[in-house]
Amino acid sequence: MLRVPPDSKKHEPMTCLPRLVAQLVILVFSITLCAPLAHADELQDINGLLKQGQHAKALERVNQYLAQKPGDPNGRFIKGLILAEQNKTAEAIEVFAALSRDYPALPEPYNNLAVLYASQGDYEKARQQLEKSIRTHPSYATAYENLGDVYTKLASQAYDKALQFDSSNSAAKNKLSLIRDLMSSGRLPGAPSAPTVALKDAAPPPAAKSAASKPESKPAEAKAAVAAKTDAQKTEAKAVVTAKVDAPKAEVKPAAVAKADAPKTDAKLPRAQEGDQQAVLQAVLAWADAWSQQKVDAYLGFYAQDFKTPKGEGRPEWEAARRERITGAKKIEVAVESPKVVLKDENNAMVSFKQKYRSDTVKVDSRKTLVMVRTGGRWAIQQERTGS
Amino acid sequence: MSTRIATCVVLACVALGAPSTLSPAKIARIDTTADALLATVFEEIVRGQLDTALQNIEDLIRITPNFRLAHLIKGDILLARVRPIETIGAAPNAPNANIEGLRAEALVRVRAYRERPPEDRVPRYLLQLRNDQRYALVVDTRRSRLYLYENDAGTPRFVADYYVSSGKNGPQKVREGDEKTPIGVYHITASLPRQKLSDFYGSGAFPINYPNDWDRIQGRNGHGIWLHGTPSNTYSRPPRSSNGCVVLVNSDLEEIARKLQVGVTPVIISEEVKWLSLDDWTSERNSLERELERWRADWESLDTDRYLAHYSASFSAQNADLNGWARHKRLVNSGKTWIKVKVSNLSMFEDPGKAGLVSVTFDQEYRSNNLSNTVKKRQYWLREDDGWRILYEGTA
Repeated sequence: MLRVPPDSKKHEPMTCLPRLVAQLVILVFSITLCAPLAHADELQDINGLLKQGQHAKALERVNQYLAQKPGDPNGRFIKGLILAEQNKTAEAIEVFAALSRDYPALPEPYNNLAVLYASQGDYEKARQQLEKSIRTHPSYATAYENLGDVYTKLASQAYDKALQFDSSNSAAKNKLSLIRDLMSSGRLPGAPSAPTVALKDAAPPPAAKSAASKPESKPAEAKAAVAAKTDAQKTEAKAVVTAKVDAPKAEVKPAAVAKADAPKTDAKLPRAQEGDQQAVLQAVLAWADAWSQQKVDAYLGFYAQDFKTPKGEGRPEWEAARRERITGAKKIEVAVESPKVVLKDENNAMVSFKQKYRSDTVKVDSRKTLVMVRTGGRWAIQQERTGS
Repeated sequence: MSTRIATCVVLACVALGAPSTLSPAKIARIDTTADALLATVFEEIVRGQLDTALQNIEDLIRITPNFRLAHLIKGDILLARVRPIETIGAAPNAPNANIEGLRAEALVRVRAYRERPPEDRVPRYLLQLRNDQRYALVVDTRRSRLYLYENDAGTPRFVADYYVSSGKNGPQKVREGDEKTPIGVYHITASLPRQKLSDFYGSGAFPINYPNDWDRIQGRNGHGIWLHGTPSNTYSRPPRSSNGCVVLVNSDLEEIARKLQVGVTPVIISEEVKWLSLDDWTSERNSLERELERWRADWESLDTDRYLAHYSASFSAQNADLNGWARHKRLVNSGKTWIKVKVSNLSMFEDPGKAGLVSVTFDQEYRSNNLSNTVKKRQYWLREDDGWRILYEGTA
């Protein structure tokens, strides 16, 4: 491996970074991988260069960084992002593919692979990667959203074949989101064993071990580590949301899931119910995400056919009003905090949480309860109640 | 799981080539399997098992890559993961007519799979098959289905059924260009191989004799009604999509092509097949056969009044009405000292377009003291209030 003299870039001039992003990077890397602060600084600088569009410089720096720390997942991840920004899709794919091989439990590389495959028009491969991403992290909102877009695109391709018409200029065009930060998914401690598995499998391959920084915790300590991380993750997650990066190609979609606290799950729940709880929660988070993204059709799609409209008005009137309200806002951010899922039976559940709603004009925090019903295998909202 | 097995059978058939060594009833046909897979997929969708539904529809697409309906449903299954789907074919911005056609295809295919032709009953039209008519085709335009029957010593035995498309504007063709499929009793008149046709007709074509004698009497016109295959850009066409022809999936057409006899094989096209139990079918057939025998005997008897009593008041011949026919027969019979009439190679097919109307065809060997001849004869018999009467008579 190419080695660069360690002092060659020590006094790189500081670049002006959005503050929160800088914090985020330090936070993420120091928490997750115990990188020494100096290294985190370096990555932060590289990230800054990337965000300023100085791709060539960023690439040079990350190559130097990787020469010193071969195999370092954070460095490799940023390198993948840089290559993607440079439209070196094949090389970027190579980087993320290698990362996902070495760290099969991390959802982010799969997601980014999917984005790159999709950019090549290979939606089938994109779908496979996103499904892997979600398998490793069952409540990963960005991957869900991307998968939704990929499904929509695949559906549109299937419809084209069915109807022998070309819809390529119709509304089905979707740009997928690259994940900008490793560990952006903000693992939910409530997700069935996902954090533990993630940490265990995230151990770097033997070859890279000596040089790469080590994952924070070993399987045996995972539980404690997760608990300890929760607070830090909250901060990290907020940072993710605020750090709307103006990248030319892909916009960071704030992951609603990242904003969620640990759901209060009953520790003694049987396995199946735990899965159901997870599914209910996923639906709620995806609903909040669609709302935040102002994707009205997707948002309305979360309401059951027999949804009780708040004032008893007709469904079309209610939908029209919601559509007007949501599309009328310049921006919307909806965060779900401290969700609590109560399963009534296998097809009925209630979810209460603190809803933090921010738009360009309004800021409302409220308690919300959703009555959820499972029809046709998916959870939908039957009733929506607001109250403190 | 049965679907998996079915798929494997089909894949095996595809891989091994046409299973021509199997008896017809045992052939695992792609189309039947397509319907079976579709029905399974719909059930899975209803149960919310989208993953297996997607696997199955992808299996189906692997077998039949041009199957547009399968692609449509695949689109639905994928889109259902993003938003709720209310109906088959949720494609946004799609031309409505195209979607409707595919929806209709989905419904008739699944219906055909769920509602099999009754095993203990026969289509009432096949009253008497000639010995040399080894097979008969019966089309149900409403169900978009073609039923293949084998002549088992005079009794029709069900062999297989196939999805078909028919006229855009429905059944009951009346005139040229109405884009309807004729309803009636026809037969195959020619076989046109793929090489002589454009791609539009797929793996071959079999013209039928529309307009037949009855159609002409009714003043119907038009021509060029064929059974034919499907263009290469699609596996099948929607149920109502042809200009009046009966269109089969290419592999199905190839399969029945081996059984069709030019000038022989009957093609009965109905709006909706009416079925009879074997007992009712037998008594219907015997009743008409007895009447035909009386007609023959009365002709031989030289009692012209008794003979003419078999003819309907609204009778017509190729160039006469009942009065002209009666005058002619009285004149002819006055010169006879004896007549012998032999009827052989009888076939009788009830017309699906008019209740009680039967197309009867036979070889007539006529001998008399001053004239003998042999002709192929066609009569239309109608069950009137007080019994069977001849409505039309001529050479076939």
